[in-house]
Amino acid sequence: MANQGPAYYSPYPTAVYEGVITPPEGKALLLTKVVDEEIAMREIAKVMLTSENATIFPGPQVLYGYNEESKKKAKLIKEMSEVLNAKMIPMYDYRPKYPKIDAEVEINPNHPNLTIWHNEIKAAIFIGVHCHYANVALKIVRAETDCYTIAICGLSGHEDAMATLRDMHSHELEKFIKIAREVKSELKL
Amino acid sequence: MSKRSDMTETKNWSGQTLVTADHMLFEAPRSKHFMTGSEVLKEAVKRCTVDASVSYPITPQSEAAHLIGELWAEGYVGVYFRGENEFGVMSEVAGCAMAGARTITTTSGPGTLRAMENFAQWSGTRIPCQLILMARGINSPLTIQPDNLEVSYMLETGCQIWYAENVQELFDMSIAAFVVAEKPDVHVPIITVVDGFFVSHTRESVMLPEDDIALFPYDPNRAPLPAIDSETPPGRFLRDPFVMKSNYISYATHASWQWEIRSAVERSVPYARHYLKGLVHVTGDADAEIAFVACGTASYQAKEAHRELTKLGIKTKVIKLRTIRPFPEAELLEALKGVKTIFVPEFNVVGWLEKEVKKCLYGKCDANVVGGPRVAGGMSMPAEAILREVMEKINSGKGA
Repeated sequence: MANQGPAYYSPYPTAVYEGVITPPEGKALLLTKVVDEEIAMREIAKVMLTSENATIFPGPQVLYGYNEESKKKAKLIKEMSEVLNAKMIPMYDYRPKYPKIDAEVEINPNHPNLTIWHNEIKAAIFIGVHCHYANVALKIVRAETDCYTIAICGLSGHEDAMATLRDMHSHELEKFIKIAREVKSELKL
Repeated sequence: MSKRSDMTETKNWSGQTLVTADHMLFEAPRSKHFMTGSEVLKEAVKRCTVDASVSYPITPQSEAAHLIGELWAEGYVGVYFRGENEFGVMSEVAGCAMAGARTITTTSGPGTLRAMENFAQWSGTRIPCQLILMARGINSPLTIQPDNLEVSYMLETGCQIWYAENVQELFDMSIAAFVVAEKPDVHVPIITVVDGFFVSHTRESVMLPEDDIALFPYDPNRAPLPAIDSETPPGRFLRDPFVMKSNYISYATHASWQWEIRSAVERSVPYARHYLKGLVHVTGDADAEIAFVACGTASYQAKEAHRELTKLGIKTKVIKLRTIRPFPEAELLEALKGVKTIFVPEFNVVGWLEKEVKKCLYGKCDANVVGGPRVAGGMSMPAEAILREVMEKINSGKGA
């Protein structure tokens, strides 16, 4: 994670150019530190449960029923939003939005800050967004908002998010939901 | 035509057993062969379950392109065709790779420049294709001789650039290149460079695993951009309003996109370190105060010079750079500890590697960088030329 946002107007510096890259297998990234997955899961749950207008942004990989895994993930993400008391604003696809995006109901990877500004979102989870678009969006969000960004990724993770989990399949999402319930209980929320 | 649907979970379309890259590169038994660079590239492609290859003739890579075509005829490569020219080839490579195909092509010298626009487009679209660049230089009057000037033009295209020293490295690198380029967090094109003729046309002994094994096929479902299909045509994201508009958010998106491409190249470092066994390879005297920093066959000649200098009682080391993009800054700085004078022998007139080395060392290393010797236009670089450069430097005013 580069300078915790806002880093003024530019998506630079990016995390990679500050020496931070995606976490190794079995690990997670919290700001600039590689940590155990469970530690990151607890922190993510805490941030989501205690931030204003916490929102989950599910992407095409979990919004469309490509396979049984994506269907299972979609149900778990719905459950996750309930546990985290989080809203959901989808990123349906990466196509142009004409005549202009309705920032209240969807997020465009190329204009993510509009949605976050408009909805005053202080913590966000990106999940199911193709990695390139997630990275483009995360850099802009980090540069231009004070939103705490979280990437829950089925592949290698995203160093430009302030917290990132990698290799998150349905089994790992179930584990995250379990931990989130524990954190919620500890916070008496 | 070989088809993905002909594969099973354990065998590819030509009946080769599917194996991991670690098995292919580090574990599978190998036997000795005697091959040119072009021939060994055929052997590498044969073991990579390549979906598509597009070719166009230009010296010195024509034979390599031809031999990949033979692989198609033998059923090892899914699709093979000749493009209209290099621009067409690189565009067609983009199309194949965007559709989810593991794709390879080869080019040299002016062909590289004819296709130039495509390389930045390749990286911008996050395709993991591989270009084997058999360098021959760029010049008017037209040259077809060894020279690596065209590499300087490729440095800022957003592609990874690896540089193989010899036939063995070309084999191993061109296999590892697919694997690293296809990592989801990297997923940018890779250019594997060798010095034309010196490697492409020179027969050397090389250790190869059996040809009944091959890499698992590329999985485009792990790509950072969705592969193109009837719902996601190739122009789709290029038509997104941020491309067309002149407003603040468009600029921010372009900036973020470009930083993301360069970040992706840097993310390849741990993978490249693993598969190449280090981004640099250091030989010679560990406590030397003189170092040669080189890539490709220039590093081989530097090793020859090291042997001669050892006879004269002069300690030197050779730091061979295996990757140019990402530039191995940390490894180079580590290898240069205690070094006072650095020579950068190169096969081009502009000294692009010297510039890269100086940029990397500025403010971080006090060693003096000597850009040379340089040869070009087809000249060879005998060890004596390197010796002369060193002796003139350390015996200043006394001649070599």
